[in-house]
Amino acid sequence: MNGVHDMGGMDGFGKVEPEANEPTFHEKWEGRVMAMVRAMGAAGAFNIDMSRFYREALPPHIYLASSYYRKWLLGLEDNLVDKGFVTASELETGHAQAPAKSLKRGKFDLEAVERVMTRGSFERTSQSTAKFKIGDRVRTKNIHPATHTRLPRYTRGHAGVVERILGCQVFPDSAAMELGENPQWLYNVVFDGAELWGPEADPTVKISIDAFEPYLELAA
Amino acid sequence: MTEHDHHHHHDDHSELSETELRVRALETILTEKGYVDPAALDAIIQAYETKIGPHNGARVVAKAWSDPAFKQALLADASKAVSTLGHVSRTGDHLVAVENTPERHNMVVCTLCSCYPWEMLGLPPVWYKASPYRSRAVKDPRGVLSDFGVSLPKDTEIRVWDSTAETRFLVLPMRPKGTEGWSEEQLAELVTRDSMIGTGFPKTPESPS
Repeated sequence: MNGVHDMGGMDGFGKVEPEANEPTFHEKWEGRVMAMVRAMGAAGAFNIDMSRFYREALPPHIYLASSYYRKWLLGLEDNLVDKGFVTASELETGHAQAPAKSLKRGKFDLEAVERVMTRGSFERTSQSTAKFKIGDRVRTKNIHPATHTRLPRYTRGHAGVVERILGCQVFPDSAAMELGENPQWLYNVVFDGAELWGPEADPTVKISIDAFEPYLELAA
Repeated sequence: MTEHDHHHHHDDHSELSETELRVRALETILTEKGYVDPAALDAIIQAYETKIGPHNGARVVAKAWSDPAFKQALLADASKAVSTLGHVSRTGDHLVAVENTPERHNMVVCTLCSCYPWEMLGLPPVWYKASPYRSRAVKDPRGVLSDFGVSLPKDTEIRVWDSTAETRFLVLPMRPKGTEGWSEEQLAELVTRDSMIGTGFPKTPESPS
C-alpha cells in the first residue's frame, strides 16, 4: 500500500538523532509488547508479513505520531482482533470474556522461547527456474497494490542491475494477505543514484533493494 | 485521565500511562486465554537485554579481520560462516556480509519498517527505526553520515542496502590501522554497533572509547 510507512526519499523529517548509551528498552512496557508480538507470531496467530501490514495500515497521523513500540502495540491489537484471538470488548475491559481460539503451534510457553530466538528460513523449493540472471538489466514495475508489498515507491518504474540471486522465498505480498506463501525468486537489484533521484544526485551513491520476481521485468 | 495528565509522571509508578494500561490489559487477556505464559515473555525480554547485542556481530567482524579464510567464507555465505562459530549460531539463512574498502562504503537501512540483523546486533536503536533515518538514508546518505559526525572522501562510492526482504545485512568495516598482532578479543572491543550498520567507524588504538 502507498502508506506513510514507505518513506524512502521523503524530505522534512529532520536530522538523525543518535542517543548515547541507549538502553534496550526505554520503558518496561516496550519489552512486553515486543515479547507479545514475537510470542503470538511464534504460536502461529499470524506471520511476520501480516504483522508488518497491520502496522502499515495504521492511519498515517497515528503512524507518524506514535513511538515504535506503540505502533507495535496498536498493530498487534488490530491483528489479534481481526484474526479472532481477542475481541474489542476484551480490550475494553482488560479481561478474557470469549473462549480462546486454538493456536496453530499451541500456547507460547517457556519451551517455545528457544524457537523465537532462532531465526526462521524463508527459502522454499522453487517451482520454476529464475527468470533473471546476475548482470541482467531489469526494470521495476510501476505497480501500486493497495495491499502489502515490499517494493518501495521510490524505486518503482526504475532500471537497475541484478547483482545477487537470493533464492526462492516466501512472497510477502501473498503471505500478508493470508493467500499462502506463494514462493518467488528474490534478487538484489542495484540502482544508480541518478536513476532514482535525477541528474543532480550524488554520482558516488548506489542504492539496492531486494526485489521479488513479480516486481521486475527485463529492461529494454 | 486525559492525554495531558499522564505523560509527566514517568517516575510515579502508581500512575500508569494510557499505553501502559493497554499493554497490561492485552497481556492479561493473552494470559487468561491461555495463549502465552508471562514467564516466557520475561525470558524473551531477558535474552534481548542480556545475551543478544552488538558483541555478537563484533566477534564475527574481529574473526574476519584475523582469519582470511573466515573472511572469505563470510563474504561468500555469511549465514553458513557464522553458523560455524558456536554460540552465535542462530542467525538463520539470510545473512549477507558486505565489506567496506577504501573505494566503497556500505550503509544499511530499512525504509519500509525496521529490518535489522537482530541476531548479530540486538534490537535496533530508536534512530534506525525513526523517520529521519529511514527517509534520508537512500536519498542523502552523505548528509545522514554527517549527522553521525562521519565524513568520507568525496570519491568513495556509497552503497546503501535497503532491507526490503528477509535478507539481513552486516557491514564488515575496515580493520583499524595499528592493530597488527592484536587478538580477536582485543579487536572485538574496537567494533562498534554503528560500524556494522555503516553509520560509523570502528574505534581505533588511538581513540579506544
